[in-house]
Amino acid sequence: MSCLRLCGISAIWFVLHSTAVQGETAAFNLQAPATSLARLEYDLHSMLLWVTGLIFLLVSGVMLFAIVRHRKSRAYRARTFHENTTVEIIWTVIPLLILLAIAWPATRAVLSQKSTHGEDMTIRITGYQWKWRYDYLDDNFGFVSHLSTPRTGTAAGAALPEHYLLEVDEPLVLPTGRKVRLLLTANDVIHSWWVPQLGVKQDAIPGFLRDAWFMVDKPGIYRGQCSELCGKDHGFMPIVVDARSPEDYARWRDARLKQAATAADDPAKAWTLAALRQRGETVYSQNCLPCHQASGKGIPGNFPALDGSPVVNGDKAAHLRIVFFGSQRNPAMQAWGKQLSDTDIAAVITYERNAWGNHSGQVIQPAEIHALRGSSG
Amino acid sequence: MDLASNTAHGMVSAHKPQGLARWLFATNHKDIGSMYLWFAFCMFLVGGVLALCIRAELFSPGLQFFQPELFNQLTTLHGLIMVFGAIMPAFTGLANWMLPLMIGAPDMAFARMNNWSFWLLPPAMTLLLLSFIVPGGAAAAGWTLYAPLSVQLGMGMDLTIFAIHILGISSIMGAINIVVTIINLRAPGMRMMNMPMFAWASLITAYLIIAVMPVLAGAVTMVLADRHFGSHFFNAAGGGDPVLYQHVFWFFGHPEVYIMALPAFGIVSQVIPTFARKPLFGYSSMVYATSSIGVLSFMVWAHHMFVTGMPATAQLFFMYATMLIAVPTGVKVFNWIATMWQGSMSFETPMLFAIGFILLFTIGGLSGVTLSVAAVDVQLHGSYYVVAHFHYVLVAGALFSLFSAVYYWFPKMTGRMYVERLGQLHFWWSLLWFNVTFFPMHFLGLAGMPRRIPDYALQFTDFNRIASIGAFMFGLGQLIFLVNILYSLRHGKTAPQQPWEGANTLEWQIPTPAPYHSFNPPPQLETAENGVVLSMRDSGQA
Amino acid sequence: MEHPEQPLAGAYFVPAPSCWPALGALALFCLGLGAALAVNAMAWGGGLLLLGALCLLRMLVGWFGDVIGENQQGCYRQQEDLSFRWGMGWFIFSEVMLFAACFGVLFWLRLVALPTLGSLDYKWLYPDFSPSWPLQTAPQPTQSYRAMEAWGLPAFNTLILLTSGATLTWAHWGLLQGRRRQLQAGLLCTFSLGGLFLLLQAFEYHHAWTAWRLTLSAGAYGMTFYLLTGLHGLHVLLGSLILLVVWRRVRRGHFDRQHHFAFEAAAWYWHFVDVVWLLLFVLVYCL
Ligand code: HEA
Ligand code: HEA
Ligand code: HEC
Ligand code: CUA
Ligand SMILES: [Cu+2]
Repeated sequence: MSCLRLCGISAIWFVLHSTAVQGETAAFNLQAPATSLARLEYDLHSMLLWVTGLIFLLVSGVMLFAIVRHRKSRAYRARTFHENTTVEIIWTVIPLLILLAIAWPATRAVLSQKSTHGEDMTIRITGYQWKWRYDYLDDNFGFVSHLSTPRTGTAAGAALPEHYLLEVDEPLVLPTGRKVRLLLTANDVIHSWWVPQLGVKQDAIPGFLRDAWFMVDKPGIYRGQCSELCGKDHGFMPIVVDARSPEDYARWRDARLKQAATAADDPAKAWTLAALRQRGETVYSQNCLPCHQASGKGIPGNFPALDGSPVVNGDKAAHLRIVFFGSQRNPAMQAWGKQLSDTDIAAVITYERNAWGNHSGQVIQPAEIHALRGSSG
Repeated sequence: MDLASNTAHGMVSAHKPQGLARWLFATNHKDIGSMYLWFAFCMFLVGGVLALCIRAELFSPGLQFFQPELFNQLTTLHGLIMVFGAIMPAFTGLANWMLPLMIGAPDMAFARMNNWSFWLLPPAMTLLLLSFIVPGGAAAAGWTLYAPLSVQLGMGMDLTIFAIHILGISSIMGAINIVVTIINLRAPGMRMMNMPMFAWASLITAYLIIAVMPVLAGAVTMVLADRHFGSHFFNAAGGGDPVLYQHVFWFFGHPEVYIMALPAFGIVSQVIPTFARKPLFGYSSMVYATSSIGVLSFMVWAHHMFVTGMPATAQLFFMYATMLIAVPTGVKVFNWIATMWQGSMSFETPMLFAIGFILLFTIGGLSGVTLSVAAVDVQLHGSYYVVAHFHYVLVAGALFSLFSAVYYWFPKMTGRMYVERLGQLHFWWSLLWFNVTFFPMHFLGLAGMPRRIPDYALQFTDFNRIASIGAFMFGLGQLIFLVNILYSLRHGKTAPQQPWEGANTLEWQIPTPAPYHSFNPPPQLETAENGVVLSMRDSGQA
Repeated sequence: MEHPEQPLAGAYFVPAPSCWPALGALALFCLGLGAALAVNAMAWGGGLLLLGALCLLRMLVGWFGDVIGENQQGCYRQQEDLSFRWGMGWFIFSEVMLFAACFGVLFWLRLVALPTLGSLDYKWLYPDFSPSWPLQTAPQPTQSYRAMEAWGLPAFNTLILLTSGATLTWAHWGLLQGRRRQLQAGLLCTFSLGGLFLLLQAFEYHHAWTAWRLTLSAGAYGMTFYLLTGLHGLHVLLGSLILLVVWRRVRRGHFDRQHHFAFEAAAWYWHFVDVVWLLLFVLVYCL
């Protein structure tokens, strides 16, 4: 009875694992590799699966045999041996040899993961709570990439889009066949940039730089997620890499550069309340909403309400300071001056002072923000 | 071998104290052990309910029951409560109950301090649970409490930090007690190299605890300083380093996982020989293997940090060292199997749990070896594969061994037999649903599902469903255990002094249930390996 | 309190039920909760802290009182004595690990983190930062401060602690040779020196904090300095209190040539604290 069950379990284990080795789709196994690194990891894992699977079969097989045969109910008389130096040496040395055999390819894989030199282009990736920023260092432009599928809230059963939680407003566009070096850092807490098919996972450490590399084989969309717990919305900061042929990439890049040149705001421009408020709403929903919430009510105990806040409704200098320089008390409230343009900050502050139940009617102009730059918090 | 006389002139205050005072002021290792075990079981239920909350939320994509910030608190507290509230106290409780009986000691070396070790647990756990209701909620940075995230959190984090301080004091005192009892209170004739493996395992575990709990205390104290006193230990702007936290934490954390594994090894090394009716195979190599695990566990911590970006040489060093641990652990597994080999086995509940342990712990160990290969860990770190790995070693490892131990020693502790049929049901139920719960998590991890997320992409739905169903069924099965224990405590069949044919360690040589005071003065023993008693004489009034 | 009854010959002493551990648990609960409230500047924090401290004090007095009483009644013989020795030894080992972790922090910051932050790759982040030790400023400069100097007060403090180790040994000789006056005088000297050390350290802290503006938030230099010396200072405080208790017991005629483990335990602890200071002096002040 008991042995039957054990047999059954190990059979299931084996079947599942062998399908895992053969399976093309990602249901039972690592996702299909799209870079040399990912292939290396995939093959290494397959090898490990075989080795460990065989060890498991061997161990459980011998144990099952004993369980079936050497049982009291079969009147098997127990022997009394309890030592045998030879077998003990054998089963110390053989695992050692197996491990040595694993260590060799494993070492080579580690070394190639680490060889980040000789890159064709460099992307700086910055993790923020809860979004990624990509800077094309060779071309001097960059953008922020946010989750773009809707949050379902608590409404269950609503039809979810195909790439639920794995879609962003601006993917990282890259050329295929080029060695891309990533320079990772973070702004607030540790994040981790992980795209399974590219074979890359690297923590982004605030205040420090880390690097990683990959070279995408063929065009396609590759999706991943932040994989280091980074607070409330850790599950909501996806990564999408859009790999294009070098020609397509060049076209995209030129368009992007042109756009960057025209979109720059005139810092001296004086805005109207309505225009700033509208722009501020966008800035707010992209940057401030996760913490302070769309309702402006915050999350009691974690993030203060802005609706009715004495700071937001009081003297504007204090409001400007906390948004521009961040909070001294709680690092979660970051120094937005480093991330957002003068116009954006002016817009979001204007928005906050004129949204929900706040009706100050005040307009903050970009020039006032500009004046803060250079002064220290 | 008459022990009745031995117990008659036990300790002077032979009368049992009564009422609440018996428990609150206890100095008796059996009373304190019982409190530890009950406390641990309650915490297991609490931690389990948190796990069920997690599984309920993950039953389908979308947010159903909990907001993300609350979900992270559930995960964090599930981990902390299971590790510090359930598994560690349960092992300490068992050591309290059984060690003196197994090595012929009158009690623990410091009986009063022993009581303090226990009574520090309820306050610490109260602080942890209290943190759910303070503004900002409980700590939400994972049980690893990584800075700088833990520097951001609300006052729940402060409660957690102080709870950890108290837990640390408790475990260190408990561990000192265990070490000193084993070194100094063995009955004459119980040589170190003849001690039961459980005593060896407890000894080395206790040593690990004394060595690493202070390190954890240091780590969380620095977090506290960063939070409130303006320091920048984990902040580059002030010359600190977030990764430093991880080094300090895992210097504690990796030995910690062996703190939850070694006593399990010890239990299995008592149970298997008993039901195989054959002495433990390779006793001395077991001792050496356990010791080398104890030593190696200090040299592998950075395998939890392969993707933090360390130099290739460091990755390689930690990879090799980690892989090396498979060797002594393998020695243990092989020794257990060799013990079963050509034994005369019977399969009562303790034996079933011990066999389940070996089978499933091996799976967990082998997935550990897969993780230890740094290049592969790049894909698996921070994914559900890791969750699968550690539940195989923690639930099917630590927890199953604890069930095995409780069934095994239940007659000696209570004087009654548990209900065998319910025990068998508990085992098969747990075995089945455990695998249904945690096996699919390997696939989830491989396919790219990160851990610690309240909501997931659609392709992960099926396996999450299966895991959630499994978890609820597994949890339900634990009620069988509770019912069995509660029923048997009052109505179980009266147990003989020697309920297991093959058990021949010291605790089985005294009356059942174990008398309130035992082995004072200690008996004169003649022993063989693994604590087997060859003869015992009352040493009388020396 | 319950009176421990006389143990049997050959039996190990197991104390009677005691209320102190439960009081101790209550004390730590109050301390933990109180501290959590206090660091968040919430009501009740200070009160709970005070209550916890009082409970703890009461527990310590009562508990050690019991132990001393049992000892004087002769409950502890060789085996019990050995238990205390092992227990103290392992306790000191746990303290060693605590300090090891803190020294580890210093090593990591000085040898790994700061050189990285000051390296060429990081110039665009922290243009003016140079990782020379003692740090002149943090990577993101805050206030400027002055670093400690080894050869002033700290060197004097080293001298004090070394002397206190010697006076303690002198007291021990006195005990072993039955010269009680020497024992008393030695102990008195030792904990007075400990007290002097603490006073000087308090003065040093005050001066560094206010005049040299070396605060906890001054960056890696300041925080490791306060972490290590502060932790050590707490140990000196504890050690001095233990010595004070031992001294009082000596005045009451406790201890003889053979039985004086409490004295030895205090001495072990004191020497451990001494050794840590020497490491500190070299690693924190000199290097
Ligand atoms: C009881 C607890 C326990 C135990 C015993 C182990 C045992 C092992 N663990 Fe596990 N581990 C955890 C608990 C435990 N672990 C936890 C809780 C985490 C996650 C923490 C967190 O992040 O929250 C973790 C995470 C973890 C990681 C980090 C993963 C990541 O986050 O990226 C790694 C990587 O190396 C690892 C490896 C190992 C190895 C190699 C062993 C080895 O000791 C296993 C040895 C056993 C065997 C190998 C099986 C028997 C041997 C044989 C049959 C011999 C033949 C075998 C061979 C030749 C291969 N573990
Ligand atoms: C130490 C031991 C231990 C134990 C025993 C368990 C037991 C369980 N764990 Fe645990 N787990 C950890 C240690 C442990 N875990 C750790 C350290 C983490 C990492 C935390 C982190 O990421 O920081 C973790 C994380 C973790 C996760 C990942 C969470 C995430 O990443 O977001 C999940 C998800 O499924 C999970 C599930 C479970 C389940 C279903 C059980 C089950 O075995 C529980 C079974 C018990 C019960 C269910 C309770 C008993 C029954 C009743 C009270 C009766 C009522 C029941 C019904 C009516 C059904 N655990
Ligand atoms: C990661 C979380 C987070 C994000 C994102 C965030 N904040 Fe905050 N914010 C906080 C926290 C926490 C505080 C409380 C700080 C304190 O206690 O000093 C705060 C405080 C404030 C305050 C002061 C409110 C008061 O009553 O004290 C203002 C104004 C504010 N934030 C504006 C913004 C704006 C504008 C943005 C976006 C551009 C933003 N915040 C984004 C977390 C966040
Ligand atoms: Cu960012 Cu998780
Ligand atoms: Cu580990």
